[in-house]
Amino acid sequence: MVNVDISWQIGGPQGSGVETAANIFSHVCARAGYQVFGKREFYSNIKGEHSYFTVRVSDKKIRSNVNDVTIMAAFDAETLFRHADEIVSGGAIIYDSDMENIETKDVHTLDVYFKSRLHQYLDTKKKSYTVSGLLDSVKENGVNLYPVSFRGILEGLAEDTDNPKLKGMIRMFNVLGVSLSLGLLHMSSKQLFESIELIFGKKQKIAEINKQLANYAYNYATAKFPNFKCSLAEIAKQSDTILAQGHQGTALGKMVCGCRFQAYYPITPASDESVFLESHEILEINEDRPGSMVVIQTEDEISAIGMTIGSALTGTRSATSTSGPGFSLMAEALGWAGINEVPIVITLYQRSGPSTGLPTRHGQEDLMFAVNAGHGEFPKIVYASGDIEESFYDTGKCFNFSDVFQVPVIHMMDKFLASSVVTCKRLDPTKIKIERGKLLDKIDTNDYKRFAPSEDGISPRSKLGLENGIFWNTGDERDEYGHITEDPVVRLQMMDKRLSRFSQILKDIPKDDQVVSNGTAEYTIVSWGSTKGPILDALEMLKKENINVGFIQIKLLHPFPTELVKSFLKNVKAIIDIEANATGQLGLLLKQNLGREIDHYILKYTGRAMTCTEIYDSIKKILANKEQKKVILTHGA
Amino acid sequence: MVLKLSDYKTDVHNDWCPGCGDFGVVNAIQMALAEMNIPRHKAAIFSGIGCSGKTSHFINTYGIHTLHGRVLAFAQGAKIANPDMTIVAAGGDGDGLGIGVGHFVAAGRRNVDLTYIIFDNGVYGLTKGQASPTLRLGEKTKSLPTPNTNYNVNPIGLAVASGFTFVARGYSYDVRHLKDLIVAAISHKGLAFLDVLQPCPTYNDINTRDWYAGTEPIDDAATKTHARLYKLEDTGYDPVVHYSEESELNEKLSQALIKSLEWGDKIPLGIFYKNEIITEYGRRLADKIPNYLENSPATQKISSNGKPTTDISKLLDSLQV
Repeated sequence: MVNVDISWQIGGPQGSGVETAANIFSHVCARAGYQVFGKREFYSNIKGEHSYFTVRVSDKKIRSNVNDVTIMAAFDAETLFRHADEIVSGGAIIYDSDMENIETKDVHTLDVYFKSRLHQYLDTKKKSYTVSGLLDSVKENGVNLYPVSFRGILEGLAEDTDNPKLKGMIRMFNVLGVSLSLGLLHMSSKQLFESIELIFGKKQKIAEINKQLANYAYNYATAKFPNFKCSLAEIAKQSDTILAQGHQGTALGKMVCGCRFQAYYPITPASDESVFLESHEILEINEDRPGSMVVIQTEDEISAIGMTIGSALTGTRSATSTSGPGFSLMAEALGWAGINEVPIVITLYQRSGPSTGLPTRHGQEDLMFAVNAGHGEFPKIVYASGDIEESFYDTGKCFNFSDVFQVPVIHMMDKFLASSVVTCKRLDPTKIKIERGKLLDKIDTNDYKRFAPSEDGISPRSKLGLENGIFWNTGDERDEYGHITEDPVVRLQMMDKRLSRFSQILKDIPKDDQVVSNGTAEYTIVSWGSTKGPILDALEMLKKENINVGFIQIKLLHPFPTELVKSFLKNVKAIIDIEANATGQLGLLLKQNLGREIDHYILKYTGRAMTCTEIYDSIKKILANKEQKKVILTHGA
Repeated sequence: MVLKLSDYKTDVHNDWCPGCGDFGVVNAIQMALAEMNIPRHKAAIFSGIGCSGKTSHFINTYGIHTLHGRVLAFAQGAKIANPDMTIVAAGGDGDGLGIGVGHFVAAGRRNVDLTYIIFDNGVYGLTKGQASPTLRLGEKTKSLPTPNTNYNVNPIGLAVASGFTFVARGYSYDVRHLKDLIVAAISHKGLAFLDVLQPCPTYNDINTRDWYAGTEPIDDAATKTHARLYKLEDTGYDPVVHYSEESELNEKLSQALIKSLEWGDKIPLGIFYKNEIITEYGRRLADKIPNYLENSPATQKISSNGKPTTDISKLLDSLQV
């Protein structure tokens, strides 16, 4: 069998159902047995600005996007203007032929910067500033064009079904685009209808009309489109595959590991997780009455972390979920949780900064901020997940870390993960263990001291409401009971008690959970978080050319596992640091902790996630030219 | 077991200034807890930052001394997670109506069943007497370099407008009356707000104990004096919303707002507004999570021998392809 590895893209104005179309496409491919990796790009806007979804489909494991797009479905002119040049030779563009005469000046959402670059390009090609001008040029690149009058299809359907109302249903252009695409690829129409039913769910009437349209468009494409070079026949499906959305890993992890309270303030890209949790607030419990997770939308992120801490003091596993701007507001209370040794989890979905930055775009820019967040010195854990599947299991670990070490844990996620849709192995809740450390259920003594000295520096923890367990907390320095003290001797004891947590953490967290090694070589990549997917895919591409590059993924970023990382890098000649930020923040941590310089950087800070193609290209560039100190990646509209 | 007043006291050294109004508030809280015989481990005092922030350390229940302005956030989180707790939040007027005023307004909208006491003295004492949100425009307390340039917040009016369902004012030197108000506030089903006039003997040389008592002549022309404070309950004022009728509700809200504007010669104490018809937050949660109150976040069993007990198989099935 020929290996399948294609990329399909759909674009349109925000609010026009681009995501729905992509979900249908992803479902159909996944149900046909393929691996899927999809990613959404969108503006900070409700309606009208350009958004697009790229879905890569393969019969092998894939973890990232590639640069090239095989097929694009466009139901607006802007999608063509922005993306037509991404389609590979031999690829296909399905588009609404009614818009061929649209000029760039007619599309008011095309910003001046992009427009001037596009005009320059069209000038060099001697083409007009119109859709057809641009399409002429891509046709010369060997791209197959499939013009379809979208209104014509609606009219045809209206006539066929004797339902004139359908003529004006341009809201269904998204389903039209995806159905034509699936027809072109000769995928199963049955899967298409099932996916529409699944995605429109309870809205039966809408599902029915969309199915009629899908049927019509699908048949149109199979009849009218000449044989396209690739078709996706159904292949053997692995029985335990799920199609997971970015925020679901941490959300499902929170449910399973017993998080029962989450407070949040709306912020992109974190709030999808909280909304998902609230939609499923009542939980099924094995052999017991239903449980629940209380999700509170607060007035700001300061309140969100405050409530989370308040809840955690009652012994409830508690979390908040936010992004950079919200996390900035949480810094003071983070220190309070630190000095009072309160276990909380902050799920930090990073995005591009600084300030509001690119609020709907990707970035890994908050590593140093997370490590240094909060004034004064106190223990905390910064832990990063590499993909959606990992984020499920890591969520369980983060809660265990926070309970066992009685510290706040910052779980690093990002926009790339949040807006991805991937096929992965069905998540296995039995792999999550619940360890609550020294949390007490009963206290017999009459002289309980919350911060009593202990060998490992961690004291048995009472909770609000527990008899004989009364304690005091304060943001001031405090004594064993939790009362304020400014005594220099007690201060020293308490600081040392808290800070001894760092060595405890490095000693007790299993090494495999601290750093994941994918093998080391003369050239070895160090990275953290969501770069994992594109890096692993790039390494596979290199391996096919017998180029062996190592990769260590650092998950525990604070306290930094210096000795462990050192041991991995012992025989490495050149370190390549790959991160989605401008300053190489992990590189900085490495320098700071290992005293070792980074040899090469591959960095991206356009707000768009890395593709494996970019990493592959950059590594080849570095291997060919050792003087290539830094490669800055730019792919993506 | 019947608890004595002394059971609610800690032996933590109290470093408030001699004559500070704060003492009266702490005593009144302890008296209220004793009178209600609330088990010590079932109560938690949350406090903000400032002189009043130390309150939680002087009371022998769970005591959580939080951050400047954030006491309501911490307190609400605890109450929502464990609705069996009796929660009292305490802080200064700078804490609650300055840096924390956003939380004040938002808390009113939620109506979580807890009591919030503001120690209202018009100054930031612990930072040496700057003007706080309740100090009136043009007033110059002794450590201000120039008269106050800001208009004052009306705590009672703001609480009523924000949705607090119990709004009252006490005076820190009338400890018995204050204790009664705290008992009423704790007993109230919903968010109770208590504005406590609490003279700062060190930095507020305007609203002094003598000023409230009226021992200084009210106007220069006359020499007569009279107490400025009076009790609403002595005037036949009815603060309670009895029916779920909009006209009655509006009438009770309006009379509370009008009363909240009285200041100067006549300053009302007592309950301004009380409404138990509006559901408290726990009931709102129980409307959508039926067993929330008896199976609250803090009491739920989440694991058995280290294994999670939550079953997400239906959700996973829905993601299965």
